[in-house]
Amino acid sequence: MQFLSYLINGISLGSVYALIALGYTMVYGIAKMLNFAHGDVIMIGSYVIFFAFSTFGMNPILSVILAMIVCTILGVTIERLAYRPLREAPSLAVLITAIGVSYLLQQVAQLLWSSNPKNFKSVVSLSPVTLFDGQLIISAETIVTIAVCIIIMIALTAFINHTSTGHAMLAVSEDRGAAQLMGINVNATISLTFAIGSALAAVAGALMCSSYPTLMPTTGSMPGIKAFVAAVFGGIGSIPGAFLGGILLGIIENLSKAYISTQLSDAIVFLVLIVVLIVKPTGLLGKKVNVKV
Amino acid sequence: MAMTKWNNIKKSTKSNLITFGIVIGFYLLVQILSAAGVMTNSFAGQLVPICAYVVMAISLNLVVGFLGELSLGHAGFMSVGAFSGTLVWVSLYDTVPHWLALILAFVVGGLVAGLFGFVVGVPVLRLSGDYLAIVTLAFGEIVKNFMNAVYLGVDSNGLHFSLKDSNSLGLEPDGKILINGAMGITGIKKASTFTIGFVLVLITLIVVLNLINSRSGRAISAIRDNEIAAKSVGINITRYKLIGFVTSAVFAGMAGVLYSLNFSSLVAKKFDYNTSINILVFVVLGGIGSIRGSVIAAAILTVLPEMLRGLNDYRMLIYAIVLIVMMIFTRNPKLVAWRKQFTDKVKAQFVKSKDKSKKSKGVA
Repeated sequence: MQFLSYLINGISLGSVYALIALGYTMVYGIAKMLNFAHGDVIMIGSYVIFFAFSTFGMNPILSVILAMIVCTILGVTIERLAYRPLREAPSLAVLITAIGVSYLLQQVAQLLWSSNPKNFKSVVSLSPVTLFDGQLIISAETIVTIAVCIIIMIALTAFINHTSTGHAMLAVSEDRGAAQLMGINVNATISLTFAIGSALAAVAGALMCSSYPTLMPTTGSMPGIKAFVAAVFGGIGSIPGAFLGGILLGIIENLSKAYISTQLSDAIVFLVLIVVLIVKPTGLLGKKVNVKV
Repeated sequence: MAMTKWNNIKKSTKSNLITFGIVIGFYLLVQILSAAGVMTNSFAGQLVPICAYVVMAISLNLVVGFLGELSLGHAGFMSVGAFSGTLVWVSLYDTVPHWLALILAFVVGGLVAGLFGFVVGVPVLRLSGDYLAIVTLAFGEIVKNFMNAVYLGVDSNGLHFSLKDSNSLGLEPDGKILINGAMGITGIKKASTFTIGFVLVLITLIVVLNLINSRSGRAISAIRDNEIAAKSVGINITRYKLIGFVTSAVFAGMAGVLYSLNFSSLVAKKFDYNTSINILVFVVLGGIGSIRGSVIAAAILTVLPEMLRGLNDYRMLIYAIVLIVMMIFTRNPKLVAWRKQFTDKVKAQFVKSKDKSKKSKGVA
């Protein structure tokens, strides 16, 4: 029963990683860049929710929506100002710019809200579920996180496979030049991708901070890195891959925390990543692309 | 006459001589300043870290600039080098002469880091681009987490090792704890001086610059520019990539030893993701592929935070903005074209005036 509890918590943590990883993987698939600032967008979103909900007493759902709007604007602005000028530049340049943006967001947050941790009040106000005569207690946050993640995942897959905008995204990720020739507005498509990714980041922030309530300017960076690992793990650029990678990563992390060592859980997560990449360099669900001369 | 000789030297050699000149000049300047007693304490305290970061930046530039691969875990090599080298220093301190212990510490630190570079490099260099970045990042995090959890002790029965806590080492009463988990190694006798750092920088420069201008170095650059083309002319990709990667790791390890022997305690947390990123920033701001740029950027950016103490809250903010603006300014194709136009114009102007002066000389 203990194992089941660890497993469910792992899936819940994994759902948060999956949500963040979705943002990473979509941006990578379409703009071919690693958005290192993604984790910090989560942090900004969480602060927005914190102030809207805890300080000004807004309705929790409304405050999450507000955070989604703020993050969307933020994500699109970052893309427009920092990444778009470098679209034709080597990928290293964009990556370093992304690192710069990540620092910038952390520093702005530190100046505005100080580095003292804030105690995040959970946006989920339901009571926990008790199963097997009280042997297994699942918190409401866990259930909501898993449910939200599955719903978003299904909605996103449907959006990409069954709408013309979604098809445009697929086309841009396949071949940017050809897509442009077919009359697709590449810049708008990339902006939209950033918008969706950032909105998901706000949701991820809300769910993550509800389960792990310490909020600091650096809150986003470690989950950001791990979600990135999850995206690579599942095969970066693949949406089901991000989902699978996120869930697996959460489970591995929680189980190794429970059974092996709390301190070494991160090391184990990263070790699994390295092993997976060595055995299957494109990740679990990634496609192999042959380079032609 | 001297001028013509200088003009006859190969361009790369000239550039290398300038780099050496800058480093040696800086060393002499510092010696003069400290002899004159005008150096502030805070600056004197920065000298060894400057050397360590300069070595780190040069070694990372070998990977980023010449191998063309992004490494986000360079602090990991620094960490393993620092820990192994410091262990050697601490355990040999009472038994062998200090100079020998010190040299052994550097050698062991470099070798261990190089070994890690090899072990990580063999599988990792099969991956490329962003995947390589993430695996090196993972490596750095693994090293940090692992070193944070390691307990190592020694008594008359030999070495004891544990991942739990210091009690589970089961040491005899006379035993000594060498690595105490998150507390790391404590009670290190400081050994690093500016001169040692300077020598290490010189050695690094000699080895790296020679490597770059050697046959292997040209093979490495060829792989960076076009891996498939390099393969098709018979260059052994894995071998040359490994040469670059392991060399880089060795110097990162030595830089780690230099850095840790400057303090009385050594903790794994110092070598985290942010340290790796900071070194990458040195390399990028100094100019990817420019060794001289790395040296200068690392030195200036290590001292800068001290000098900007008054701006402390805004320091990192400025840093971040500079990083973004700098990247856009130097890498945006349109801006690059615009700057080229501008410099061409200036050059054309310059050549014209030079021609004129030549003519006027001819008349005279």
